[in-house]
Amino acid sequence: MSLEEAKQAVVDDFAMFDEWLDKYEYIIGLGKNLEPFPEDKKTEDRLINGCQSRVWLDCRARDGKLWFTADSDAIITKGIISLLIGVYSGRPAKEIAGDDFAFVNVIGLSENLSPTRANGLSSMIATIKKIAGDYAG
Amino acid sequence: MTAEELRKQFPILSREVYGKPLIYLDNAATTQRSESVIRALSDSALLHNGNTHRAVYALAGEATRAYECARVDVRDFIDAASVDEIVFTSGTTASINLVAYSFGDKFIGSGDEIIVAESEHHSDIIPWQLLAQRKGAKIVVMPVEESGALDLEKLESLFNRRTKLVCVAHVSNVLGLINPIKEIASMAHSHGVPVLVDGAQAVAHLKVSVRDLDCDFYAFSGHKMYAATGTGVLYAKKEWLEQMPPFIGGGEMIDTVSWEGTTYAPIPFKFEAGTPNINSVPTFVPAIGLIRSLDGSEAAFGLDKIKNFVYNALSSDERIVLRGTTQNLDEKVPLFSFSVKGVHHEDLALLLDKQGVAVRSGHMCAQPLMTRYGVSGMVRASFAPYNTQEEAQAFILALDKSINMLK
Repeated sequence: MSLEEAKQAVVDDFAMFDEWLDKYEYIIGLGKNLEPFPEDKKTEDRLINGCQSRVWLDCRARDGKLWFTADSDAIITKGIISLLIGVYSGRPAKEIAGDDFAFVNVIGLSENLSPTRANGLSSMIATIKKIAGDYAG
Repeated sequence: MTAEELRKQFPILSREVYGKPLIYLDNAATTQRSESVIRALSDSALLHNGNTHRAVYALAGEATRAYECARVDVRDFIDAASVDEIVFTSGTTASINLVAYSFGDKFIGSGDEIIVAESEHHSDIIPWQLLAQRKGAKIVVMPVEESGALDLEKLESLFNRRTKLVCVAHVSNVLGLINPIKEIASMAHSHGVPVLVDGAQAVAHLKVSVRDLDCDFYAFSGHKMYAATGTGVLYAKKEWLEQMPPFIGGGEMIDTVSWEGTTYAPIPFKFEAGTPNINSVPTFVPAIGLIRSLDGSEAAFGLDKIKNFVYNALSSDERIVLRGTTQNLDEKVPLFSFSVKGVHHEDLALLLDKQGVAVRSGHMCAQPLMTRYGVSGMVRASFAPYNTQEEAQAFILALDKSINMLK
């Protein structure tokens, strides 16, 4: 699936629900299904700054592509980072670094989070882009 | 007056969020405003706007009268001995900072001790920490028991000849428990120590008599008791206000000013430098009127029933850890802070919000208390007399649904 197709799939999934409570149920489901994150990787340097709840993000490069894993102590936050890495993991660093991440605005995620959580989302996106930018050189 | 009748006086309570009726349960953060309060605020701006205490023209006179009427009502409301003991400020925080600077400047020195309750809001912690840093004084913590009650035996043991002040909330903004201020004041006075009370969470719920409590200082905010934002009160016994130096210098707080020296206006004006909150302070009058009209009303009775219902629902739910517990609910206001095991407080508040329920989440400006209970935050639901039994039930159902979604 191309990056554009992956983003569109998320937009389509969100469009299925009328109510934000149902959209959150979907996000929580993503969080619950995220693969386990090793406890020893929950280090300070993997914490994303600017999130009210703690979010750890790890990245491995393989075959010229970036693979992300993540965890959070809050399940909705975990669902949101899961949504992001579900779209961007396994893609070339350059493609990730060059993307505008605008689909999160299309699904209306930012404005339906609390201001602190919306800042957290911005921090997650900035961190993913920075990691990708560093790998892309 | 029933809660339903009372609600009609609050225009905002009929609005919806996300297409659902708003259930506003963050009254401890700020109460909503009645039409009478909104009208007083707009009338002041539309009809009576002039600067207070200065000019001779009609508008200035009307504005001054409205402002001073509020002072008289506030005096009656908290049963102070004199209007001279009522200083208007921008809120509880400003009131406490005024004491920390002015009283602190004159009466607290290096090596002196200030007793502060463990359950205080940051507004009643940080001004004392800043004072302690300025003066080389020391903060001594009055601990709370597991239930949230203050440990008075422990308090007794904290006094020594260096103790200069005791700072404690009438009602904690996290625990909702009514602290025994009268006993604390009596104990402190037996050691010759004055007491400052943060009354922010008490004034909307309790009949306060500063003379009966015999506290030396009592600070509260207008916006937590239906009045406009940016309004607050510092009550202080006359004997203290007269000895305390001005905190902020400026217009209207002086008697005469010359390069050789300045003499100050009498209390309370000595502490009200600059143009006060002319348009908002008069809203104390309808706000106090509203609180008085609730005395013995069905809405007040209904709020007691809500308190019982919510307390029992939360304390009997094994998934929930409720803080601020008591055998006697007369010792608690309808304010409930809790954690849910394995669930982040902000997740819970977010899902409640999507169901129309507005609650507070986070450390609630009481991080030392959060640390004491080993959590980074909690969820708090705080009720007002305009909340209905149906809303309380809807909150408990929405909470159950949210927990099930998150678990």
